[in-house]
Amino acid sequence: MLFPISETEKNVLTVTELTRRIKQSLEQAYPRVYLQGEISNFRQHTSGHLYFTLKDEGAQISAVLWRSRAALLMFQPQDGMKVIARGSITVYPPRGNYQIDVDQLQPLGIGELQLAFERLKQQLAAEGLFDEAHKKPLPEYPERIGIITSETGAALQDMRSVLARRFPAVEVVLRPVQVQGVGAADDIAEAIEDMDRYGEVDVLIIGRGGGSLEDLWAFNEEKVARAIYASRIPTVSAVGHEIDFSIADFVADLRAPTPSAAAEMVVRDRADILDVLRNICYTMRANLEDRVQEGRGTVQTILNSYSFNRPFDMVRQYGQRVDELDRTLGTSFSHRLRLDLQRHQAVRDRLEALHPASVLKRGYSMVRKDGKIISSAHKLKEGDRATIQFYDGDVPTTVRK
Amino acid sequence: MTSKKASKQTFESSLKRLEEIVEALEHGDVPLDEAVTLYEEGIRLSKECAEKLKATELRIRKLTKDINGQFELTELDEE
Repeated sequence: MLFPISETEKNVLTVTELTRRIKQSLEQAYPRVYLQGEISNFRQHTSGHLYFTLKDEGAQISAVLWRSRAALLMFQPQDGMKVIARGSITVYPPRGNYQIDVDQLQPLGIGELQLAFERLKQQLAAEGLFDEAHKKPLPEYPERIGIITSETGAALQDMRSVLARRFPAVEVVLRPVQVQGVGAADDIAEAIEDMDRYGEVDVLIIGRGGGSLEDLWAFNEEKVARAIYASRIPTVSAVGHEIDFSIADFVADLRAPTPSAAAEMVVRDRADILDVLRNICYTMRANLEDRVQEGRGTVQTILNSYSFNRPFDMVRQYGQRVDELDRTLGTSFSHRLRLDLQRHQAVRDRLEALHPASVLKRGYSMVRKDGKIISSAHKLKEGDRATIQFYDGDVPTTVRK
Repeated sequence: MTSKKASKQTFESSLKRLEEIVEALEHGDVPLDEAVTLYEEGIRLSKECAEKLKATELRIRKLTKDINGQFELTELDEE
């Protein structure tokens, strides 16, 4: 049976023409669609383009994701993964088929991201990236702190204010990065490598403020994890809030629950350090006092047996040095320390009390013969001429028996 | 850069040295004149440390790379 040619002639289309019309109407009708489905037949061509099928219970559609877009994916698509694809419908005339040209692809729901997270975590754990043995201790008194975060984010402000309050003597070296979105992971990984090569910071904080799992995703990327692992600088991760755990947290030498907490962890409070210094000064002074007491005993022994002049000079020298120390101390220390100084002054006063003149003032006197001090009664005999020295003058005398 | 290295040694090693001095003084086998010398050094070091802690402003600079890939530190633009 044949169609009546006369009726159909003017309506006959070529395959090309029909396909052109289908292409035009389909592509105009679906310039952008969001499509939910499950990935199957996933394959990555050597060219870098990704080809797969999206399907559900009732239908399927071919999908392509060009290399330039594929490079920006934040997860590795796999068969069976449920996704949402954004793209346009295109028709490929030579094969007479249509497909979705995907420009964005994301896992459907948090579940899929979690899955990708767990997968990477297991893989890196198996490789030993989280091993305690590899973790570096943080320096006790860092002088330079490297920070990798957004230049405009709240995290930087938080860390600055904590550092300024606790230990403003440190210097911060910021390497600004993009902390979310396409390219963030590359930027962060490069920043870590830069800091490592720069080499002039003592500790490194990497982080950002809170956000959704997607916002924090860059810190769950493998390249960031590997950069942290390779870094020679002790690294603290500070990603999001307390409850957020990132892959970066597991690799870092220390995990801080928030950026502010990271700043608290890397520097000690200067008030605490001042306490330590005060303690040190106090202990030194107390010990020095002990030494001076010992010295005093020694001087006493010498006084009993020998000319006073030399030991007095020593005592005076020490007194003078303590005086100088008093002056150098100035006002830089606490009231408490000044009290210590006063105590020290008292010790010095006591030492000065040992001055021979002071001893004489207290009623003692010295007997000399031929200019030499007579310290024993046996050294004088009848008829000897001697001189008694009082604090205010000498009296010549003769021994009478 | 060298001055930075030198000052870096100062704070941490100053504190370490201070601890050594206290230790030496506490052990009691130091003669008096040596003890006074140690004490002088200790006071000087603790003064230096306290001086460092007096800083009131946090210095923050930005790490950038020039066209040759050399690192540079530039002041952070304050908003």
